[in-house]
Order: sequence, then C-alpha cells, then structure tokens
Amino acid sequence: MSGVQDVAVADSYSGGSHLLQPGVLDTSHGVVLYLEDVTVTFDGFRALNKLSLSIDVGELRCIIGPNGAGKTTMMDVITGKTRPDSGKVFFGQTMDLTRMREPQIAQAGIGRKFQKPTVFEQHTVYENLELALKTDKGIWHSLFGKLTPGERERIDSLLETVKLTDLAQTQSGLLSHGQKQWLEIGMLLAQEPKLLMLDEPVAGMTDQETERTAELLNSLAGQHSIMVVEHDMDFVNSIARKVTVLHEGSVLAEGSMDKVQNDERVIEVYLGR
Amino acid sequence: MQQVFCEFLRVFRAFLDAGRRDKDMSIGNKVIGLVLGLLLTGGQAQALTLDEMAALSAGDSDARIDTLHKQVVKADPALLGFLQALENDQVKLVNGKPVLLDDSGAAHDPLTNKPVTLPDDAEDVVNNNRMRGALDAAIASLQLRSADVAVRKAAVEVLRDAELDPAELDMISKAETRETNADIKDMLERIRSRLELSSPDSAVRIRAAQKLGESDRAEIKQLLADHLADGAEKDPQVISAVKVAMLNIENRIARYEVYGTLFSGISLGSVLLLAALGLAITYGLMGVINMAHGEMMMLGAYSTYLVQHAFQVWWPSMLGAYVIVAIPFAFAVTMLIGMALERLVIRHLYGRTLETLLATWGVSLILMQLVRSIFGAQNVLVENPSWLSGGLALSSTLVLPYNRIAIIVFAVLVLLLVWLLLVRTRLGLFVRAVTQNRRMASCVGVNTARVDMLAFGMGSGIAGLAGVALSQVGNVGPDLGTHYIVDSFMVVVLGGVGQLMGTVYSSLGLGMLNKLLEGYTGAVLAKIIVLALIIVVIQKRPQGLFALKGRSIDG
Amino acid sequence: MAETQVLTQPWRQPLLLRLLQGGSGKAYGVALLLVCVVVPVLNLLVPSGSVFHLSNYMVMLVGKILCYAMLALAMDLIWGYTGILSLGHGVFFALGGYAFGMYLMRQIGHDGVYHSDLPDFMVFLNWQDYPWYWKGTGSFLYALFLAVAAPGLLALVFGWFAFRSRIKGVYFSIITQAMTFAFMLLFFRNETGFGGNNGFTDFKRVLGIAITTPEMRMALFVLTGLTLLAMLAMAQYIVKSKFGRVLTAIRDAESRVMFSGYNPLHYKLAIWTLSAVMCGIAGALYVPQVGIINPGEMSPANSIEIAIWTAIGGRGTLLGPLLGAGIVNGAKSWFTQSFPEYWLYFLGLLFVLVTLYLPNGVLGLIRKAKGAKS
Repeated sequence: MSGVQDVAVADSYSGGSHLLQPGVLDTSHGVVLYLEDVTVTFDGFRALNKLSLSIDVGELRCIIGPNGAGKTTMMDVITGKTRPDSGKVFFGQTMDLTRMREPQIAQAGIGRKFQKPTVFEQHTVYENLELALKTDKGIWHSLFGKLTPGERERIDSLLETVKLTDLAQTQSGLLSHGQKQWLEIGMLLAQEPKLLMLDEPVAGMTDQETERTAELLNSLAGQHSIMVVEHDMDFVNSIARKVTVLHEGSVLAEGSMDKVQNDERVIEVYLGR
Repeated sequence: MQQVFCEFLRVFRAFLDAGRRDKDMSIGNKVIGLVLGLLLTGGQAQALTLDEMAALSAGDSDARIDTLHKQVVKADPALLGFLQALENDQVKLVNGKPVLLDDSGAAHDPLTNKPVTLPDDAEDVVNNNRMRGALDAAIASLQLRSADVAVRKAAVEVLRDAELDPAELDMISKAETRETNADIKDMLERIRSRLELSSPDSAVRIRAAQKLGESDRAEIKQLLADHLADGAEKDPQVISAVKVAMLNIENRIARYEVYGTLFSGISLGSVLLLAALGLAITYGLMGVINMAHGEMMMLGAYSTYLVQHAFQVWWPSMLGAYVIVAIPFAFAVTMLIGMALERLVIRHLYGRTLETLLATWGVSLILMQLVRSIFGAQNVLVENPSWLSGGLALSSTLVLPYNRIAIIVFAVLVLLLVWLLLVRTRLGLFVRAVTQNRRMASCVGVNTARVDMLAFGMGSGIAGLAGVALSQVGNVGPDLGTHYIVDSFMVVVLGGVGQLMGTVYSSLGLGMLNKLLEGYTGAVLAKIIVLALIIVVIQKRPQGLFALKGRSIDG
Repeated sequence: MAETQVLTQPWRQPLLLRLLQGGSGKAYGVALLLVCVVVPVLNLLVPSGSVFHLSNYMVMLVGKILCYAMLALAMDLIWGYTGILSLGHGVFFALGGYAFGMYLMRQIGHDGVYHSDLPDFMVFLNWQDYPWYWKGTGSFLYALFLAVAAPGLLALVFGWFAFRSRIKGVYFSIITQAMTFAFMLLFFRNETGFGGNNGFTDFKRVLGIAITTPEMRMALFVLTGLTLLAMLAMAQYIVKSKFGRVLTAIRDAESRVMFSGYNPLHYKLAIWTLSAVMCGIAGALYVPQVGIINPGEMSPANSIEIAIWTAIGGRGTLLGPLLGAGIVNGAKSWFTQSFPEYWLYFLGLLFVLVTLYLPNGVLGLIRKAKGAKS
C-alpha cells in the first residue's frame, strides 16, 4: 500500500487544461522522484548541468551545496516553475513533471516550502490551513463548497502538529518567523503530499525551534518522502540519512553524512580555493 | 493636430517672407500660352504705362492674360515689379487706375512712386487661379534672365510645372545655352526634352525620352505615357526608349518612396527613443513607474518656449541660437522638478509600484493644470530657428526636413550621453549597483537615497531633452505628454526592462513598423495595430524582447 | 412616536456604519427603501417648490454616481481583493454603454436630423446600411446581452492571454492602459461605426417610452440602485467565500497559491471577467441616464480615475469603493460648478495624498478613529 495510492490529478482537475500523463502516481519501483541529465541555462550561465538524482519512497534526503550550486533551480524545475532545457524529470514512474504546470504538480502530490516563509499574511492561521487543505481546488467548489466535519478535524489535528492551536484565529502576518515556518510546513502537510520539498526550513529559527523541527521531520519520514535543502550542518546531521552535495549544477557526492564529509572534493569545494 | 500646426507655421512664414517673395516662390501649376515665345522675340525696355497696368489689373481673365503675354515680350524691368505686386495682392484700383501698396500697406503712385492717399472705395484686384498661374509663369520667364542664381532656380522650378507650348522650345534652348549653373542647366534641358518629345526627328525624340527617364516625377511619367497613348508614335525605337524611360522613373519613384518611409520611420523611432530613454532609466533601471514622465517632456517643451520668448524679447538678433540654450535649460528645469518629485513623493513609495503609478499620475494632473494656469490651455508657438527650417531635397518628392534630421542626430547624442553616464561615471556605477542590489550597495557605502534622487532627476532631465526635441516638430501644449506616455512605456516594455539597447531597438522597430503600416492603413489604424501587436508579443515574451533570462528571485 | 423613531433611526445612524457593523440585512433594507421609495417620492410626488423636493438634476447626478460606484466596486474586486490594478476598466464601461447605446440609437427611429432609417452619423458618412455588428441591436434584450457579452468577452480574451503569460503588477497595468488607448483611438475613427468623435447622443426613447419623462428617469434610477445593491450583495458573498480568500491569497502570495494546488489563472480570469461585466452593466445603465456616450469615456485618464475612487474609499472593503465614488464625484460636480480650474489640482492632490497618507482610504481612517475611541 505504501505510497501507491490515489492522487487523482488531471482529469478531476477543473481547469480544462489537460494533463498529458495518466493521473495516478506510480511508485511501484520504489522511486518517488527521478531526475536525469537535467540542464538549465540562463543566458549562457548553466544553473543545472546534467543533474541526475533520485529519491526513494519514504526517504528523507538532504541536499547541500555552496551558493549557486543549483539547489533552488533544481526545486524550481521539480515544481514546474522553471522548464529545463533538456533532461527528464519524473514523479513516480509516469508523471512527466516537465510537462505540468505548478498547480498540477502541487495537486499531484509535491509540496514546496520556500526559503523565505511564505504564508497568506492577511488570513488567519486557520484560513491558511483551510486554503492549503487537500480538496477540490476549482473555482466552483471555492465559491459554493463548505468545509466538511472531516476537514475541520483534519485542520484541528494539523494545528496540533504544528503547535499553533492557540493561535488559530490570529492573522498569520503577526506570527513570529519560526511560527510562520511551522505554519508553512503545516500547510504543506495539509496538502497531503507524497513528496515534501523544504528550502532551508530552520533558517531564522531558535535552537529550540530547530530541534522541534528536526523531530517533526524525523517523524514524518517514512510516511512522506522529504527533500531538505539546508545550510545548517548540525541540523542536517540531526535528520539526514543520506546527503547529496550539489556543485555547479550537478551532483558532486552522495552518501551518508560521514562519507560525504570526508570526501576530498567536497572538502575542496567547501573549504578550498 | 500636427498638420494643422505645420500649416499654421507655413502660413506664418509666408507672412514673414512676404517682402522677399521672389526668393520664396510658391510653385504655380497653371498654363501660360505664348508668353515665353513672345518674350524671346521681344524688343528693348519700354516704360510700362498706367493704361497697360490698368489693363493687367482689371477686366476678365482672358483679356488680362492676353495683355500679360504681350507685355512679357517687352522684358520691361518695371513689369516684373508690377507683376509681383499683382501676385501679392498689393495693387488696388482707384477709379480704374492702379495704385501700389508697399509692405506696410501705404499707397503709392505706380509711376512716380509718390505716396497717395487711398480712398475708401478703392477696389481690390481679384486674381483667380488661372490668372495666378499665368502671373507665376510670366514672372518666372522674366526671372530666367535674372543675375541671381536663386531667382533663376526658382523660376525654372515654376516653368518645370507649367504647361509649355512647342513654340517655346527656342527660348528654353537659348536660356539653356546661356545658363552657367549646372543644376539649372539640367532642369532646362529636361524642360527642353519635354518639348522635343514631339520633334519630327526620331533621334531627337529618343534622346529626349532618355533625358526624361532621369526624372523622378510622376508627371513626367504621365507625359511619356500620354506620348504613347495616342498611337501617333510609330517609331519602335522611340517607343522602347520611352518605355525604358517610364520604367526608370517608376523605379526611381518607388525607391524614393522607400527612402521616405525609412526616413520617417527612423525619425519617429528617434522621437520615441528620446521619449523612452528617460523611462529606461527611471522604470527600466530603478523600477519606478513615473506616469508624470510625459509631463516632464511637456515641461521641457515649455522651457524651450520660455527660452525662445526670452530671446525674442532681449536678444532678437540671436534668435537662431535659442534652441541651443534651451537644451541645458530644459534639462536643468526638468531634472530639478524630477528630483523634487522623487524626494517628496516617490521616495515614500519605493516597493509599492502600483501606488507610485497612481501618485505620479496625480502629479501629472497637477503639472498639466499648472501649465494651463500659467500659459493658458492653448498651444504656444515654438518656432524652428531658421537653420532648422526647410529641408534637404533628395528628389522632387522627397524632402528631409532639417528639424527631423536634427532630432535623429540629437537622439543619437542623447543616447551616447546616457550610455556614457551609465557606463563611464561614478553616478552610473552607483545607479547600476543600487538597481542590482540595493542593500549591498548601501552596505559598501553608496548613499542610495542620493543615488535614487540623482538617477530619477537624470531620467526626468532626459525627458526634458525629449521635450526640447518635440517642441521642434510638434505642437507644444499642456497635454503634449499624454500623447507620448503610452508609446514610451510600450517602447520600454517591449525593449525589455533594464536594457538600454533593447530600448533603442524597440523604439526604432516600432517607429519603422508604424510608418510602414501607415502606408497601408492610415495613421490611426497603424497605431492601433502596433499597440495590439505589442500586447501580443508581450504575451510571448513577458520580459520584453531583449531582456535577459534569469533565475527569479521571489519565492 | 415609536413609529417615527423606527423611521428616523436609519437616517440618523449612518447607513455606512450599520453596514460596517455587519448588520447588513437591515442596511440592505434601508438602502432598498431609499432607492425604491424615498427618492421616487421626493422627486415625483413632493412638489418642486418644497424644500424636500429632489430635483431631476439631483436624481440624474445620483444615478450617475451610482453607476460610478459599480465601477469602483468592480475595480475593488480586481484591485483591492486580488491585487491586479486595471487601467482599462473605462473600456469595459464604455463598451457596455456603446452596446446599449446602439439600441438607443435605433430607438430614435426617423426622428433624427435626416429622418433616415440610419442614425444621423451613418447618413453623414454616406452609409447605405448598418454594419454587420449592428445586427439585432434593435432588440432591447439583445442589446442588454451585448452590454454584458462584449466587455466580458474582451476581458476573457485579454485576461486569458495576459494571465497565462504571468503578466502581473505594473506590467499588467501598463498593458491595460495600452489597450484602453488603442480602443479610444479605434472609437474615435468615424469608420469604426460608432459615431466617431461625437459618439451617441440625442436619445429619444427606451422601449418606445420617451426617455425624458420623469417616470422613465425614475425607473432608470431605481433600476440602477437595485443593480448596485445586487452587485454589492454578490461581491459580499464572493469575498466572504473561500473563492474570495483565494483571491486575497493570490494578492499576497501568488506562488504559494500555485504551490498549494490552485490555478491562479482560473481565479484571476474569473474575477477579471466578472469585474468587466459589472463595468459593462454600469455603462449600459449610465448611458440612458446621462444621454451621451463618446470615446472620451475610454481615455486612459478616466480609467485611472476609477482606481482613485476605490483607493480613497478604502481598498479591500466593500463599502469603501461606493463611498470613494461618491466623495470624488460629489466633489467633482461641486468643483466644476464653483472652481472649474481647481478641480484637476484637487484630483491630482487626491491621488498623491491618498497614496501617501491614506493607504486604507477613508474607511480605514474611520475604523482607526473608532478603534482609538473604544
């Protein structure tokens, strides 16, 4: 059963734009995300250079790399924000992400947290979660649909998870930086994604918040596949099982934290020059 | 509007030039009969009598023209003056006797030149178009003997458009032999060739056709076509020579048409470039949307008007130099206003572009109304200095006005200046630094507030320069800016934000496209089509045609 | 005694505050009463000598402002709630006006200057027949449909292209301004077939009834008032629904909306088109009351003015735009009568000061004052 289920996308999608792939996530081979030879150039500058990467179902993967290594561009490619010049990006066995738009990819089961916490500042915490909740996201439903009791329960439990129950009716713009980060993670979870992508989730958090975030991520691993881009090595150490090092748009090293830390090329990239 | 203005200018100049009529001959296009032929056989100067003058001034046109022909033969120097007075409506009739008026309107006796009082019942001399045509041609034929090259040139231009009788061939040939100026000689040769087309000698006809083939005028082509049309021409060699000549003329006309379109395209492009260059800095580089940009141009144009006015009042003898003085003046005025605008309004709205748009729109309303209050709602008259009026005649149909040429040159200079300012100066370096990374620039010690103000002032000042240029080609009124604001934004948007060269390409491209389309659709529809095209193109390339792709910074 | 109290109470208590406080049911009732009973009675039944008489001019002016209020409300939905500043709403308004104007022109019948089947301007252009797009405009219902469909279709097509290409922010605003400009030029042409410079005027009848009768004027006024109330109720429903929250979310963090699985294109397009349709309806109601429509309505300046009505009242509120349209246009008619030269100074200053000092508009100010008191 694990991960191999539902996530109907295109056809139920109210928009009218067609999804070219059969709308079911197929992870029967144990791989949730698969990138092969992905290249992205911006006016001559190669942001990604034949990047190949794969993430297994239920895996928690950390991506590290110096500035300009292509981490954010890679996320942009996976979430449909940037179209690669060449290469394959597959979600499961069947979904070609390079041919889908952002909302379709999000509905297919990829959630993304931005580097800078991005929540709907004018809405309450509760409304934020309500908007993120996995449901029909077409116009008609938004206009005339109502929250079901099941959905209310789900929101309540999410509020518990991200420890914001007391602040449910607070305008989210008033939250602290760390609380916004958590709210955003909560919103990702509300989408019930198969793959979570987190861009520097603990930036600006206190030590205590960082610790709690690590706990949360560790508890989520297994049910979800998670990809974390992070600079904070302690944090990476505390969650990572497998680390990928990006450099100049391609994979420099991959493996356990120990192995990567002792890789000469990695040391050179981080300390050398 | 522009046409009305140009027409107004033309009338106004005609008024100014009234005294030197012989130099600024308007081209007549009507018949003269035997006048010229008679002229050649005419005897020596005889005094023009009062009765002859009366016969020239009154009566029906046929009789007057007949008298005219007879008089022209005499080649009387007094006749030329009298005919010019007739042409300029400076002859009145008192009891059937002609009286001359001078430029100030005072009356003189035509023979003695003594002042006389003009009675109230003095009649105007009425010249219909036919009479005017005859007068023009008669004056021209008299002037062919003038010692002044310019006068002869003007005369030959009149004759070129007049219908001539074969009998005049001899007169033209003689004038041609006598002529020393190569241009005039060439024109006389063409006029002769027209007449020789009906020569009995087919060799002469062929030579005439070849000569006429050098023309660029549709009338000549028509003349050649007429020659073939009636079937009287039997000589196959002549026929083919005429056909070749017609083809040559056609090609030449087509070529000049292309040149003309190209020139007006470049001209419009340079106006657009001037209008958009300031925006390329304020919007393109700084990201500030300034809806009062058009009003900065308007203020530049009004600054020009002020400088012109100052020259008219204080240094009328140096009036021609006013444009030169207006350039730095307009720049300074608009730059200061721009800096004040930045300091008072825009500074408080950085990062809130939509609000900036609205606030600057409000400023533009205030500026427009301010100008209306000071200068009135009517357009003010900004005149081209003499060295910018007139034009470079490339052919009979294609005249490149000097003011348009000057604007093209001016646009290139301003572009160069902006480029140097951005690339070679400290301010330019700071502007680019601030626009690329405001916080970082501030960290390394750039006073970003000051740079913002200066850069905005610079953009506004350049708008002021555009205003100087516009004052030379269009009308100057309070709503001058509104005519250009949409266009200049389109240029920047199409060219790509932050790209100086993109602005250049797109302004030239838009200017060209506009003028090309105008030929087929008319000006208004051309403009609509261009706007629609821009909207479509921007769908395809939202960053503008020439913008760099890049990793987006926002989440 | 008690009865008078009930009647006078709503007069004393500003309608606005009642709506603000959320007693919207009652407030709508009062507004309905005002539009359907009070104004008609004061205008038609109270004799013109009385101090309570409402002059025809006032009815026309208020009717006009109510139309403007619809524009401001439409602008608020797209700008205040969704964050998309349109500088092209004047076009949608004018298209609605022209669409209904075509019907009004045909209702003139043979009473034009030339007593022809065709409108005077077509006779003047020497046209023999109506152009194809005038087909069917003799029908009242079709003209109404056109007043909705023409702006709606234009908005749909334009919006689809623009939003699909992710054109947003100032960029979008400028493009809409270019659209406005192009349309204005188009309608200024005589050959476009809408009366060129002069547009449509000299209307005689609606549904065969003379347009100048007090009853007809009042009927148009009441219709306008009811339409505005209906639009207000609809807008209220929309912004209170999840759809409205998605719109606001698009305004505040569009990428998050996208990555949450909503397609902003559909939402933007829906509200953009709805907003345009509201403008079209406003135009169709405006033209018979004011008696003229010309391309000047499409000038960029007119469109941008709508934004300032919305801004001065308070963006992102429901009543703000209505209030703003009232304030600015009330001031306009006062200024243009008393100090015509100063109107543009005032309007210009309004643009500057509101954006600088009143980001939340008058309503924001009132709320703040109320908050400070309590």
